[in-house]
Amino acid sequence: MSFLPFCQWLAETRGSIALHESLYMYPLVESVHVLTLCLFVGMSVMLDLRLLGWTMRQVRVSEMTNRLMPWMQAGFAIMIVTGALLFYAIPVRSYQNIFFRIKMIMLAVAGLNACVFHVGIHRRCSDWDLDRVPPAAARLAGSASLLLWAVIVVSGRMIAYNWFDCDKQPQSTFINWAAGCIVPSTELRTRISSP
Amino acid sequence: MLWPFFQWCEATAIGTAIRTSPWAFAVIESVHLLALSVIGGAVLMVDLRMLGFGLRNQRVVDVARNAFPWLVGSLLVMLVTGIGLFLSEPTKCYYSTAFWVKMISLALAMTFTFTVRRKVTTADEMALRPVWLKVVALVSLTLWFGVGAGGRWIGFSG
Repeated sequence: MSFLPFCQWLAETRGSIALHESLYMYPLVESVHVLTLCLFVGMSVMLDLRLLGWTMRQVRVSEMTNRLMPWMQAGFAIMIVTGALLFYAIPVRSYQNIFFRIKMIMLAVAGLNACVFHVGIHRRCSDWDLDRVPPAAARLAGSASLLLWAVIVVSGRMIAYNWFDCDKQPQSTFINWAAGCIVPSTELRTRISSP
Repeated sequence: MLWPFFQWCEATAIGTAIRTSPWAFAVIESVHLLALSVIGGAVLMVDLRMLGFGLRNQRVVDVARNAFPWLVGSLLVMLVTGIGLFLSEPTKCYYSTAFWVKMISLALAMTFTFTVRRKVTTADEMALRPVWLKVVALVSLTLWFGVGAGGRWIGFSG
């Protein structure tokens, strides 16, 4: 089952067209999305650095999570809303964009990493709350989070570039597969027959 | 007066290399964004604490001392990558209002951060009226917001 027909339908809706063609709304939504990096990713980075024992070493880990969580949740909510709007404005191209796909997969992995941390080592947080350098499992969760969010930020930025867009053929078979491009068969034939 | 300097920047080898490369701008910009996330966290942790949010069981001095290396480190990365991005399109920047908003905000934000804010966040908290902490935090947030918003808008203008 493909998500493409839904994206094509979405792209034809009035709201999508309005946002796509707007002079100020789209840049405004995008700016909010980018600047909320400071709030959401910024706070996550500080928490991850604490899990690695690289900053705020005298602060309890539970205090960090309790105090920062409301800000991270608010930041995440803004990210989701503005991100959904950005997708709503340009559904088909985003869906068939390799960086968008990498970003979505990495978001899922980052969510999984956070869940594993919360039901795992964070459950026994009271045992190591004041450790200047937390146990290996917590450090691993922190490093994985830093790496995943870095990939998410970079691939998010790269969505804007059209290097691997479906309308820029020929692309390698792998790119066409990964981006879900539907390549017309005649074009495919010329591409295979050309040296 | 500055126009010849901007033209000279555009002709530099680094500027030309970044401009003609298909991926250099994208890579430098990505690093710029990653550093933005870190500097955002380092600034917000302290400013929120001064406003009475976030790690409010900790002393401002302690939060600020812990955040300081990350603030300076990420700022350096921001400046180096920012200069790279600038060198690739100086004449466009010259005519961009957003660029000048960003540069003025940046000069003010850096001066304020390393003078007034630094003094307040290293001083004995008891010697200060809490309202001054809040004022400093709000000025800091406003100035850095100007830098960020101006920076994002450079990409939309021209």
